[in-house]
Amino acid sequence: MRNAFAEELTRLASEEPRLVLLSGDIGNKLFDKFKAAHPSKFYNCGVAEQGMTGVAAGLALSGLKPITYTITPFVTTRCLEQIRVDICYHHLPVVIVGVGAGLSYASLGGTHHACEDIAFLRALPGMAVVCPADPVEVRLALRAALRWNGPVYLRMGKKGEPVVHAREPRFTIGKAIRVKAGRGVCLLAAGTVLPLALEVARKLAAKKMEAEVVSFHTVKPLDEVFLRRAFKEFKRVATIEEHSVIGGLGGAVAEWLADHPGSRAHLLRFGTADRFLHEAGEQEHARRRYGLTAEHIAARILKV
Amino acid sequence: MTELGRIARELRGKIVELSHKAQTPHLASALSCVDILVAAYWGGSLDLRPEKAEDPSRDRLVFSKGHAATALYSCLAARDFFPRALLDTFAKPGSRLAEQPSPGCVPGMEVATGSLGHGLPIGVGMALGARIQGISNRVCVVMSDGECEEGSSWEAAMFAAAQGLKAVTAIIDYNKWQATGRSPEIMALDPLAAKWSAFGWNAVEVDGHDIVALASALGHAAAADRPTAIVAHTVKGKGVSFMEDDNNWHYRSPTAEELARARKELGLV
Repeated sequence: MRNAFAEELTRLASEEPRLVLLSGDIGNKLFDKFKAAHPSKFYNCGVAEQGMTGVAAGLALSGLKPITYTITPFVTTRCLEQIRVDICYHHLPVVIVGVGAGLSYASLGGTHHACEDIAFLRALPGMAVVCPADPVEVRLALRAALRWNGPVYLRMGKKGEPVVHAREPRFTIGKAIRVKAGRGVCLLAAGTVLPLALEVARKLAAKKMEAEVVSFHTVKPLDEVFLRRAFKEFKRVATIEEHSVIGGLGGAVAEWLADHPGSRAHLLRFGTADRFLHEAGEQEHARRRYGLTAEHIAARILKV
Repeated sequence: MTELGRIARELRGKIVELSHKAQTPHLASALSCVDILVAAYWGGSLDLRPEKAEDPSRDRLVFSKGHAATALYSCLAARDFFPRALLDTFAKPGSRLAEQPSPGCVPGMEVATGSLGHGLPIGVGMALGARIQGISNRVCVVMSDGECEEGSSWEAAMFAAAQGLKAVTAIIDYNKWQATGRSPEIMALDPLAAKWSAFGWNAVEVDGHDIVALASALGHAAAADRPTAIVAHTVKGKGVSFMEDDNNWHYRSPTAEELARARKELGLV
C-alpha cells in the first residue's frame, strides 16, 4: 500500500502544484522518487508530529495542499489536538495519512497498534475518514482526498497487501463499493480486512450462505443510501475492521442504526476487543488473538 | 506623549472597558502585550493593513495567546480591519467576537487560537508555504511565556531553524506570570533568550513596553539570517497601577469604579 501511495503521490504532484508532503521522519527511501522529482515539496518534519500538524495547517492557510505522513498512532493520536484545532476548527484541506493502521505493525507492540484512531478522528467536526482496502483503492482514495473540500484522514496498511480490485472501481468518498453479490449476509469491510471478508464469504458459501462483500472504505461520511438498502434487504449485516469495536465502522453503523429503527437486519460487529495486546507476534497472530479470523467470523454469522 | 504611546493608552482603556462590560477574564494578559501589538501594527516594520487582509503575499501576524484576544480585537478595530461598533459586541451571545477568537471571525484574524502552543507551528507553516510559493513576506507570532512550556512550540522552533525560515519572528510576551503562578518558577523558563539561541534562533531581549525598541527589534529581525525570537520583558497588567504584576487580574474583571480609575490613570478622562 505504501508503495502505491508513494508512486501515486509522485505522479499527482506533477498535476497538483499545491501538493506538499510532510513526513514525520519515516519513509526511508520510499519517497526518493518524489524527492527527486519535487525537491521543494518534501519536508521531513522530524520526530515532532504536533509541530508537523501545525505546520501543515500553516501551509494550508497559505494556499497549499499538505499531506502529513507517518505511522498511524503518531500522525493521529499524538497530535490529536493539533488535528482538532489547527486543521478541523479551521476546516483546512489537509490529508492526514496513517501508515500501518490497525494491527499492521503488530510485532512492534502496543505502542504501534492503531485500533482507536477512527474513533478519535471520526468525532472531529468536518473530518472525512477513509480506509482504502488495497493498493488500487489507496491510489483512488488519495486522488479523491486531494479533491475533497476539507480535512481527510487516510488510513493505510503497510506493504504487500493483496490487490483485490482487478479493475479500477469507481471511487467516491462516502460511497461503498460492492465487491461480490450475495443475499444471505452483507459484509461491510473497512480497510485491509477486505480480503478477510472475502475469505469469510468463501467459508459461508461452503455452508450454503451467499455473502455480499463490500469495501465500506469511508467511515465518515457514512454511505447512508447503502446502509438503508442493506438493513432493509438483508437479515444480517456484519462490520469487519482492524479497529476497536468501540467507535470504528461498527460503532458508526450502530449509531446510524439507532437513528433508523425498524430495520430488518441484525448487526454484528467484528473488530478488536476493548483491551491491549501484551504479546509478541505478527499481524495474523494479533488478528487471531482478537478473533479476526474467517473461521470465527463465519461461525458467529451462522449462529444468527 | 508620543503618538504610539497615545495609541497604546487608548487600546488599554478599551481593553479594560471590554473586560468590565463583558465581565471576562485574562485582562492582565491582554494589557501586557499592548505595546508589542502597537509596535507590530503601527511600528512600520510589518505591513499589516486591512486593504491587504486577503492578499496572499501579505505579512501575517499570528496571535498565539488567544486568551488575550481583547488586545488583538482592539488593535484590529483601531486599524480599521472591522467596524469599531462590532468591538462593543465582544463576548455577547451570538457575537463574532468570542472571548477567544474563532476562525476567520474578523479580517486580520489569521488563526483561531486559545489552546496554547499552536501559533508557532502554524506561523512556521505559513512561512514555509510562502517560501514554496516564492512569496517574500514576514510572519510574526505573538506568544505568551506560558506557552513556551508547550513542547509543540519547541518542535516548531527546531523545524524553523533547520529550514532557515528567517521570515519568522516570534515575540514572547514575557510577563513572568501564568495562570496560577510565576512562570519562571513553575517551569525552568530562564534563561529564555538563551533557549531560543540554543534552538538556532537569533534571540534578542527588549523592554516589552518600549514601543520604539520593539519596532526597532522587529526591523532588525527582517535582516537576520535565521528566525528571530524577541523576548519582550513585560509587566502583566501594564498601564493600570493596581493591576500591574498582580496575578489576580488573570481572572478578575473590573468593576465600574475600577474601570473609571483605570481610565483616569491612562489619561483618558
